[in-house]
Amino acid sequence: MTMLIAVGLVTALFLVGMLGAAAGLQWVFGVALPYLAVGMFVIGLAARVLRWANVPVPFRIPTTCGQQRSLAWIRPQRLENPPDTPSVIGRMALEILGFRSLLRNTKTVMIDGRRLTYATDLALWAGAIVMHWAMLIALIRHLRLMTNPVPGFVTLVERFDGFFEVGMPVIYLTSVAFLGALAYLLYRRLAIPEVRYISLVGDYFPLFLLLAIGGSGFWLRHVTTTDIASVKALVLGLTHFAPTVPASISPLFFGHLFLVSVLLAYFPFSKLLHMPGVFLSPTRNLANTTRISRHVNPWDYPVKVHTYAEYEDELRDKMIGAGLPVEKD
Amino acid sequence: MRDRTGIILGLGAFLLILAYPVWQALGSTADPARPALQRSVDPSGCVEDTTYMVARHQDLLNTWRTDVVRDGRRFYPATSGKEYEMSLTGTCMGCHTDSQAFCERCHAYADVTITCWSCHVAPEGL
Ligand code: HEC
Ligand code: HEC
Ligand code: HEC
Repeated sequence: MTMLIAVGLVTALFLVGMLGAAAGLQWVFGVALPYLAVGMFVIGLAARVLRWANVPVPFRIPTTCGQQRSLAWIRPQRLENPPDTPSVIGRMALEILGFRSLLRNTKTVMIDGRRLTYATDLALWAGAIVMHWAMLIALIRHLRLMTNPVPGFVTLVERFDGFFEVGMPVIYLTSVAFLGALAYLLYRRLAIPEVRYISLVGDYFPLFLLLAIGGSGFWLRHVTTTDIASVKALVLGLTHFAPTVPASISPLFFGHLFLVSVLLAYFPFSKLLHMPGVFLSPTRNLANTTRISRHVNPWDYPVKVHTYAEYEDELRDKMIGAGLPVEKD
Repeated sequence: MRDRTGIILGLGAFLLILAYPVWQALGSTADPARPALQRSVDPSGCVEDTTYMVARHQDLLNTWRTDVVRDGRRFYPATSGKEYEMSLTGTCMGCHTDSQAFCERCHAYADVTITCWSCHVAPEGL
């Protein structure tokens, strides 16, 4: 049911964009909403990150899973238990570029139908890493429609991505990889009962949104192509703050663009915030210096304490009189 | 301990990279509009209607190529009823005589590289 809601929402949004533009609202879907969406994305994201930046982090709470640096003859595991900033940078780089935590994903298996064990399950990691990298490359490729003249690295990425020169126009490897990985991630969500049980509309919606964006993009390039030169003129109009709406762009493109606008606007309110969030995870980005240096909570309430030394000073005579041992005579 | 400065710097760097198309636009003198192309020498109209040609000429050329090279068919009955010889150099370039001022001007704008001219003759240009 939750899944059907997400499918319905995405389909409806796509149709709104397409039919809206077909009904002559190109200015709304081609200019106003994209500006609004980018604004919401930038402001929403900045507000969220600044809110996180204001959360105090008085103590070191990294999750560690390896030997801490201690005696010289015990080999420390710097990535699993980083003692200083360079190790943290290494740990974060592997996390952000390689999704290292996902390598720890496990699945439960029955051996001989009786014995329950846990085994590594790399499929989630593979699906996630393919999806994210393909999306980044696809984003870079789209710069060809947003920049004029197009910088060399964009053309280079396009050439590598179309290396096998299959089809005309060339089918990019990342288009296939992106859609395939998303399809697997969706399949996984549905096929594993535990994952399915905890899946909400907020989990399905981004999946279907990305699938629809990728699918409509693929369709626009390979099946019902449109006037790309005019699309570029529209986009450059936006980046030059001198918007124009060429007439010859097909409504399909506006469906695609509207879904992208929805994605941008929805981003700061959704689970997709893990994009900035991964940089700010205190369980990953802090060095484990709990024992190396002393961390004092800056806002500890100044509790009035009565130490043993003071107690003894007060009662020393009586204690000696009663024959109790004292620390100072 | 708060790392506010670091976080704000990071956020700023991210937004700056994100805004690349905008500051490139601010600094560039290149005309953002769709480029003006050389007009066809025969103004009677393209093989198919122009909207179709703009969007799908690559498919048309691909079909033409397959028809000629694989199936040995050399004539294309257009929707208008006219027949065209399926030839890149002979037909297309017969009307669009300058590949640089027509095909490549638009391709450069959209960052499309085509390899066809390494074998086919492009009447003018190249
Ligand atoms: C109005 C702009 C425009 C003009 C004029 C134009 N093209 Fe294109 N052409 C494009 C665009 C845009 C693409 C790429 C579409 C895409 O990336 O999805 C393209 C793609 C192609 C491709 C496929 C390239 C690939 O990706 O493998 C060929 C072949 C091609 N054009 C040939 C020609 C020839 C030959 C001419 C001149 C007779 C010509 N084009 C004129 C805009 C144009
Ligand atoms: C009989 C002459 C003729 C032939 C042959 C011809 N064209 Fe055209 N083409 C035209 C005319 C006329 C236009 C309308 C624009 C103009 O006046 O230049 C046009 C427009 C186009 C456009 C759109 C340009 C724009 O301004 O957006 C493309 C792309 C194109 N032709 C590609 C081709 C290709 C590819 C072939 C070969 C398959 C071809 N043409 C063959 C006459 C021709
Ligand atoms: C490796 C060289 C080579 C390249 C590159 C090449 N072709 Fe060809 N093409 C040929 C040959 C050879 C023929 C056969 C000529 C004949 O039988 O008349 C041909 C035939 C064709 C024909 C039909 C006949 C004619 O005279 O035009 C079309 C259309 C065509 N090619 C389009 C293209 C397009 C579009 C591209 C670029 C995407 C391209 N070709 C790239 C070699 C090439």
